Amino acid sequence: MLSIDSLHVTYGGAVQAVRGVSMEVPDGKVVAVLGSNGAGKSTLLRTISGTLRLHRGKVDAGSVRLGDLDLVGRDPGQIVRAGVVQVPEGRRIFGRLTVEENLRAGGMGNKDKAAKAKAQERVFEMFPVLKERSSQRGGLLSGGEQQMLAIGRALMASPKLLLLDEPSLGLAPRIIGQIGEVIAEINRQGTSVLLVEQNATMALGVADLAYVLDVGEVSLSGDARELAQTDEVQRLYLGHDGEQAPLRTSAVSGKKLSRWTA
Amino acid sequence: MTQFLSLLLNGVSLGALYALIALGFVIIFKASEVVSFTHGSLLLLGAYTIARASDSIGFFPAVLVGLAVTALAAVLVERLIINRLRGAAVISLAIVTIGVDIIILTEMIRRIGSDILNVPHPWGGGSFRLGDVGISQNRLVAIAVAAVLIGLFFAAFKYSNWGIAMRASAEDGETAALMGIKQGQVSALAWVVAGILAAVAALFLVGSPTPGVTPAAYAVGLRAFPAAILGGLDSTGGALVGGLLIGIAEALAAGYQDQLLFLGRGFSAVVPFIVMIAVLMFRPSGLFGTKELTRV
Repeated sequence: MLSIDSLHVTYGGAVQAVRGVSMEVPDGKVVAVLGSNGAGKSTLLRTISGTLRLHRGKVDAGSVRLGDLDLVGRDPGQIVRAGVVQVPEGRRIFGRLTVEENLRAGGMGNKDKAAKAKAQERVFEMFPVLKERSSQRGGLLSGGEQQMLAIGRALMASPKLLLLDEPSLGLAPRIIGQIGEVIAEINRQGTSVLLVEQNATMALGVADLAYVLDVGEVSLSGDARELAQTDEVQRLYLGHDGEQAPLRTSAVSGKKLSRWTA
Repeated sequence: MTQFLSLLLNGVSLGALYALIALGFVIIFKASEVVSFTHGSLLLLGAYTIARASDSIGFFPAVLVGLAVTALAAVLVERLIINRLRGAAVISLAIVTIGVDIIILTEMIRRIGSDILNVPHPWGGGSFRLGDVGISQNRLVAIAVAAVLIGLFFAAFKYSNWGIAMRASAEDGETAALMGIKQGQVSALAWVVAGILAAVAALFLVGSPTPGVTPAAYAVGLRAFPAAILGGLDSTGGALVGGLLIGIAEALAAGYQDQLLFLGRGFSAVVPFIVMIAVLMFRPSGLFGTKELTRV
């Protein structure tokens, strides 16, 4: 369905964020992309959704194709109409719009009225809380509900491929579990999913295939369950190896320093 | 008392016209992130077009032509200049609009010269009296038309797809783009609407009690800026309240100018700006504006 071939992306003509990434999202599957901050995960999603330009990013080489359609250079609206819709990182719901208006905004790229009505029904069925709160301002919802709204808003466009950018970010473990179930359910109803996550436990639990991104390159890829068993993933993303703990702490503090100066 | 009521009524009428202009100013700011100073000259362009066209094709067709020409001019400014400069600093864009404003204004002054063009309003130059409270018929029609347009505007802003797209895009442009909302379209439409509202305001502002279309109409357009700013640059409700406030303050200052003589003649023309400064001293983001306007 979606195939990315040796993609290179730079920001401002200098910073290489993605270097030669190749990736496949087969029809009807859930594919997880793992990686720490700065691995190029969000850049990858921006490239697919066509919002790279808003960040002064540019595709230097490679291709992103949906079936036969080349997505590189298309505007975000065209990509939504082609059936690829993103749930952005940090939910980014419209806090001053009501829940209902948020959903309507999500359906803007969808010209088919019947499909929109069906999508809305499906969203309310999946997230009854959104129906209860439909006239409330989005900003008044809890974090978990906002994530539900962000996903529901994306579903309003009846996507063939749903892109999720760190849906577990800042949510309680119980809510993260629910998000995982929601993703599995959306996939069961026939939508392919590309899931970008730092929470490897949830992501690998729901995904069929997984890729690990490291500083702009794919370092590991394969079947999600098999990948979850490998030493690297266990150590780096699932935190099962006690010996590595001191090393990780120092790595984290090193990063913090560089962030303060940046 | 009757003098006060008359002044109040005239103030509301003037304020409603200011509100029309200010609404356009606000939606342009929301949709294109531009503080547009083109409104004064667009207003003059609208008035001039209506006056010139009504000589040959009659009043009502001329109004349509005037609205169309003003909307077209506004959308051309957006498409040819503002849209291509997207991402430039807000202050640079504002200065660009001042440049455009001066170009249109200069051409208007050249064309109008020292003439006073007359717009043949079918409601005539007479006045309407209810007891001792009086208002020119032109300004009375203005209240009615402005009320209808403002009502339509708010309904569209609240319920239509355009309104939702506009508000979503103003709140978070990138996310709106991810929903398939085309920012370019939203922005262009905002300029069209702003152009139409400015032309409608122009139509009434150049009628009785004002003599006709002169370059002075430009200054009237300028006085709508304080309305938008004191209401809060990004608040449509604020534009309405700000417009009314400034219209009433100006009318009262003009009506009581004999009592205010110690401030000098023509004091009413600066009242809108004084009211704006007074409000901003206590509420820096205006009456209803969002506190933090900078986007991260």
